[in-house]
Amino acid sequence: MESLIPALTYLLLAPLAGGLLAGVDRIVSARMQRRVGPPLLQPFYDVAKLFSKGDVEVNGLQYPLALCHLVFMALAGALFFAGGDLLLVIFVFTVAALFLVAAAFSSASPYSFVGAERELIIILAAEPALLIAAAAIYKVAGSLSFLAVAASGTALITRLPGVFLCLVYVLTMKLRKSPFDLSYSHHAHQEIVKGITTDLGGRSLAFIELTHWYENIFLMGLVYLFFAFSLPLGLAAVALTYFLEVLADNTNARVRWQLALSSTWGITLLLAGGNLLALYALGAK
Amino acid sequence: MSLKKSPWLLHYDGSSCNGCDIEVLACLTPVYDAERFGVINTGNPRHADLLLLTGSINHQNEEVVRNLYAQMPEPKVVLAVGICATSGGVFADCYNVKGGADKVVPVDVYIPGCAARPEAIIDGIVRALGVLEQKRAAAEKKV
Repeated sequence: MESLIPALTYLLLAPLAGGLLAGVDRIVSARMQRRVGPPLLQPFYDVAKLFSKGDVEVNGLQYPLALCHLVFMALAGALFFAGGDLLLVIFVFTVAALFLVAAAFSSASPYSFVGAERELIIILAAEPALLIAAAAIYKVAGSLSFLAVAASGTALITRLPGVFLCLVYVLTMKLRKSPFDLSYSHHAHQEIVKGITTDLGGRSLAFIELTHWYENIFLMGLVYLFFAFSLPLGLAAVALTYFLEVLADNTNARVRWQLALSSTWGITLLLAGGNLLALYALGAK
Repeated sequence: MSLKKSPWLLHYDGSSCNGCDIEVLACLTPVYDAERFGVINTGNPRHADLLLLTGSINHQNEEVVRNLYAQMPEPKVVLAVGICATSGGVFADCYNVKGGADKVVPVDVYIPGCAARPEAIIDGIVRALGVLEQKRAAAEKKV
């Protein structure tokens, strides 16, 4: 029962917090470009509009697949905050991402295909880092549960700085920020038509936006976990990490997929793998 | 209400000299910052609410414009930006030019000028939002 409350809180409040985070993101981005930017609630206006638009699915599969994308992402986050097994959370998280890929592949548009293929590359690049992070967290804290690690007061960041830095690197992909926004970007007119969402519109696109809000809050929870021994420090770390992601987004051009994949795997091997090896070498519990 | 606050636009350059296109992009720069009104310049007809057409219509782009318009979800509004898109302008009598954008798709807002000024384009977009709301209200009445 105790784990039900954080899960329900996440399910109810994550869209709200995620939407506000997206609103702040757009204003901060605009200010970095010396613009005023949209109102804080703009992401909510956008999603409300998408729900009110006409039926625009190109086939019968798209809508259920986009809905599954949302449901599985919300499930991954709810499991995470309920203290579920981190490996299971990562598995469900990946399944959620695959539903989006399937939704894009279900259409006949070549642009949609390119977006879906690029999304697969992003999943491929990010997965090792997430799995090594889970292994490293278990090695240090002796648990794979968010609640147990947070309650134990283990300062993960002091023992796993390499894993954390690697995770921040991978976060750039998952938050869909430049230089790794290969498959989809929130910025105007940057992709090959509109990447993975080319053929998704109306309510399907609204689901994808909502999913992205759930996803961002889950990822911020993952960042928080490394600083969970202190609430103010944790929140400051989350805010700083997100700010740095927005800064990177506004100061970098998109890289080619080859570089995105090889650099992420390189960083994962060096920083996260090195960190894990060092833990074993030093015989740390 | 929500339709009005989140106009995503698709910009298509028919056969424009690029004067109007530069002005359309200028709307998104720090000086005019159309994103203040929630405007996003999307490159995708399936996401767009407004279709901004620049340049006159000729036999080659006729099908493209019709196709883009057909792919946009209802309710949608078309804006003819610049004198070429509104009537064909000085090119109206050319053998290869059919005329303004209204020769192929129903145009809701005409924004004249050579080139159309960013202020005029933003004013046109704000007017188009009113038309968008009217269209939605009309569609709801029908249902």
